[in-house]
Amino acid sequence: MPRTDRRRELLKGLAFASPFLIGFAVFIAYPILASFRYSFTDFNLFQEPTAVGLDNYAHMLSDDRFWRSLGNTLYLTALGVPLTIVIALAGAHVLNLPVRGQPLFRALVYLPTIVPVVVGGYLWRWLLNAQYGFVNHLLELLRLPAPLWLESPDWSRPAIVLMSLWTVGGTTIIYLAALKEIPKDLHEAAAIDGAGAWRRFRHITWPTLSPITLFQVIVTLISFLQIFTQPYLLTQTRLNESSGGPDDSMLSYSMYLFQNAFVFLKMGYASAMAWVMFLITLVITALLLASSRRWVHYGSR
Amino acid sequence: MAPVDRAAPGTGLREAGRAGRWALRRVVVLGLALLFVFPFLVMLTTAFKLPDDIFHAPPRLLPSSWTWDNFTQAFQQMPVWRYLGNTLFVSAATVVGTLIACPLVAYSLSKLRWRGRSALLAVVLATMMLPPQITMIPVYLLWNALHAGNTYWPLITPAFFGTPFLIFMIRQFLMSVPDELIAAARLDGASELRIYLSIVLPLARPALVTSAVFQFVWTWTDFLNPLIYLNDSEKYTLSIGLYAFFGEHDIAWGPLMAACVMFTMPALLIFIFGQRYFVGGISAGAFK
Repeated sequence: MPRTDRRRELLKGLAFASPFLIGFAVFIAYPILASFRYSFTDFNLFQEPTAVGLDNYAHMLSDDRFWRSLGNTLYLTALGVPLTIVIALAGAHVLNLPVRGQPLFRALVYLPTIVPVVVGGYLWRWLLNAQYGFVNHLLELLRLPAPLWLESPDWSRPAIVLMSLWTVGGTTIIYLAALKEIPKDLHEAAAIDGAGAWRRFRHITWPTLSPITLFQVIVTLISFLQIFTQPYLLTQTRLNESSGGPDDSMLSYSMYLFQNAFVFLKMGYASAMAWVMFLITLVITALLLASSRRWVHYGSR
Repeated sequence: MAPVDRAAPGTGLREAGRAGRWALRRVVVLGLALLFVFPFLVMLTTAFKLPDDIFHAPPRLLPSSWTWDNFTQAFQQMPVWRYLGNTLFVSAATVVGTLIACPLVAYSLSKLRWRGRSALLAVVLATMMLPPQITMIPVYLLWNALHAGNTYWPLITPAFFGTPFLIFMIRQFLMSVPDELIAAARLDGASELRIYLSIVLPLARPALVTSAVFQFVWTWTDFLNPLIYLNDSEKYTLSIGLYAFFGEHDIAWGPLMAACVMFTMPALLIFIFGQRYFVGGISAGAFK
């Protein structure tokens, strides 16, 4: 291509991409730089930021609520990610059964993901009510112990996970679409060779789905590491503040970050927390990707 | 599928076993769906319950007598229509923004050949992964400096610069559209803008509808941004209005659930009408 043509192509390309380019500069690139700078300052919104070196990062080491919120978040992640994956995968198999009316059932499982999260939050506060809620009613019908859920420091975190699992429909639908891509004759051939359902799952379905599983684990992981709205609403008090629940057991990392930024106006500290969160996410994702060589199979079809 | 349950009588044990399997499958699927729908049923019936029924242990799903009181109270205690109107306005505005910006960028990333295109695609993807906590504070300070706190600008404007996930989705769709039509128009001497408006946009319609549906539901259900930016109750969207109501009224579960029902309806209607676009869109984002 002649040079002038190439320049014209470049200009056309940039012109059509310009909304994103401008938006990226203003809402992503500049904020990243600014946030990095703020993380080394003391900044309360009313005065100019003053440089404090690594103080914000050092302060985290001795901040009990920081560690509490990090511990809670890792707990939620460790419990929530495997449960999400297992339930989504099992649910996808159920929604893949040849049953009449299946499109309706799929829609019903997906439905909770489009409900305003505030509505979901209050609905689950009611369902988890120790005395009048249906969750404990169901447990009692099954002769299982009925915990105090949101009022108990031990059970409030499982309660958050339970509420999050209600919106597992998105993950389930992605698995379902992947299941449909697996050629039927693969399963039929294995069945003729005498492989049972579990062996077929273990040796055909699971390896074929493994790239999708990696994707789902990473997306779910990030959403749990950043969890904010669910614990925020489940611990909302009358003064429109979010306490963190009994013993701060529901104080998530993002909640504590939000409190520092918009309640205590410690913008510098909150920015530093955001970067630490980013680092933690990167490290865990990198470990996951490194491990994936052992369990993710690409293009074995 | 063969209607197995109507098999002729006396076809033997094997048939009976198969019929049993079919029935079992139905029960499993139905049970799963019920598990996810049950909370909605509780929300709906609680909205029609009197306090005596709401605070009844053990709980019962159906009220002993149905009442509209909770809805009346919800309307009295909170400007339901205003919240719905505000939320509709903000949601519609972001949909407009998305429909203007995302296909432009997606076109550049799929059908125009220019140096740096693949680099920009990588940037779009990386932006999808960036934790919002990093940008949240500087963006807030930016709007504050522009005296746009407590307005809808911070909620609406970003959509007009394109949402990375939707840009990517439309781009994937356009990649699967053959180049011939566009090439033919170029030979005819049509301008790039003309090609975009009269050929590309109509072709991209399915992806555009999916994007609109997604964007609408995202904005409709958003909590964090209204929480950060809106503090004048006149301007509240439903998320933040409901949040304020919960705090002020010592947890009046009946009216609260009535409001929840009303605030869920519009997203539900969009979902019913746009269902196939949803499911297609989610899988498109995951695979291609």
